[in-house]
Amino acid sequence: MDERPHIEIQNLSVWYGDRPALKDVSVAFPARGITAVIGPSGCGKTTLLRSINRLLETSDEVRISGHVLLDGADIYAPGVDVTDIRTRVGLLASKPFPLPMSIYDNVLYGPRIHGLCRRDNADAIVERYLRAADLWEEVRERLHTPAHALSTGQQQRLCLARALAVEPEVLLCDEPTAALDPLSAQRIEDLLRGLKRHMTIVLVTHILRQARRLADYVVFLWLGELVEAGPAEQVFNNPQNERTRAYLMGDIG
Amino acid sequence: MKKLRRLEEHILQSLMWLSLFIVLGSLFLIVGTMLWRGLPSLSLAMLTQVPKGGYYLGEEGGILNAITGSLCLAGGATALSLLFSLPVAIYLHGYAGRSRMAHLVRLAMDVLWGVPSIVYGAFGFIVMLWLGLRASLLGGIITLACLELPIMVRGMDEALAAVPSALREASYALGATRFETAIRVLLRQAAAGLLTAVLLAFGRGIGDAASVLFTAGYTDRLPDSLFRPVASLPLAVFFQLATPFPAVQQRAYAAGLVLTVIVLALSVIARWLSRHLTRHVVR
Repeated sequence: MDERPHIEIQNLSVWYGDRPALKDVSVAFPARGITAVIGPSGCGKTTLLRSINRLLETSDEVRISGHVLLDGADIYAPGVDVTDIRTRVGLLASKPFPLPMSIYDNVLYGPRIHGLCRRDNADAIVERYLRAADLWEEVRERLHTPAHALSTGQQQRLCLARALAVEPEVLLCDEPTAALDPLSAQRIEDLLRGLKRHMTIVLVTHILRQARRLADYVVFLWLGELVEAGPAEQVFNNPQNERTRAYLMGDIG
Repeated sequence: MKKLRRLEEHILQSLMWLSLFIVLGSLFLIVGTMLWRGLPSLSLAMLTQVPKGGYYLGEEGGILNAITGSLCLAGGATALSLLFSLPVAIYLHGYAGRSRMAHLVRLAMDVLWGVPSIVYGAFGFIVMLWLGLRASLLGGIITLACLELPIMVRGMDEALAAVPSALREASYALGATRFETAIRVLLRQAAAGLLTAVLLAFGRGIGDAASVLFTAGYTDRLPDSLFRPVASLPLAVFFQLATPFPAVQQRAYAAGLVLTVIVLALSVIARWLSRHLTRHVVR
């Protein structure tokens, strides 16, 4: 692991209207590996996640203060191109939403926008990322059929392929298995475990066992505040904070 | 108590049935009247000829001038209106959010929707005087486009509002700009609704008499220039119905029937088209 954190969040506060969602959160995400963000629902997990690709500001009436550094540079600094940030930081949402086009065009959506796709490499790009998301064998015969005809589990893997095709350095996962059956969830977990070797993954989850299975680092949020963060082993086996201990034991949350 | 509740249920149900009967009955009566009065005088000549001398006294000829005129008027107006409606609708959903501006635009469209078409006609007439235009196809197209604009914008507004925000976010999250997202995702997802909005506006445009009365004028010739008057089906109905000759009055119903069939045919085509367009739509 690198010494310098890949993502650093400094004094981040977020309000929806007058309601605070995050209160002065400062935390660092190490490069490569999976950092799980855990905590009860409504604690600000998703808000924290959406601050890292600046998707927060697409909602109405959101106020953000503080800094998010990606490789040491503030993504909220004036003059930063937000589409550039979202190209470097990919997202896997909780419910799969294929774009209204074919499987083939879904994978190429990002590469086409960013000018990475030429006539002679399009097929290769599609195959490469569908393989990366472990979907190729199932859909190779029907690449040009509507993406929404896939099963939910397949759709989520398509969304993963679509995100990977932009070659992000960070992948944000917002409860990526919440809508899936156990087998599909298992496949997503396996994929994330493979991907963490060369990308930084931030995984929001409310399933403690999933965090235990996957996480290298853990961030625990409680009512918009950061309670504890550290290596998974330490947080799970020897939590420093009383609330973390209580949450892990199932006493609160 | 129990009896009273059951009685209430019975009375309300009968009232609903009555309303249903009145609605369906009037539809049936309208179409029936048109078929009954119009069909006998509907002939090939009616559809393929322009009025000859003495047509309005019951002599030979047809309403091809009005059919082609109406198609040119409503087609042109719909195209012109689309040119402005689509950017406004995209602005409302890709850019404006819940801003004050978006609220103002929607309010303006609702007010415009309520303006009577004769007022559009009078307004169009004044604009034409300013521009030095006489009653012409162009004048009619501009006036009808104004009439169609609020219908189209509001229809598209509704269609785009039905696109799930998560779909938009999926596109943003891949580094797409607002414009790319609007063109590549929003328009595709809402295609069927957008088409319906265009069609609704076309139907309103082709059926309107008051707004083209001063602005497009009337002629027995086929439309040949943007700057000359054109005939239209609603006015063909109006003029023929106003004559004292029963044979000509009957032709008015035939013209009305043609108008209805055109609108009906378009909805059928649009339905078929939208099935094709929505192949990829996420549900």
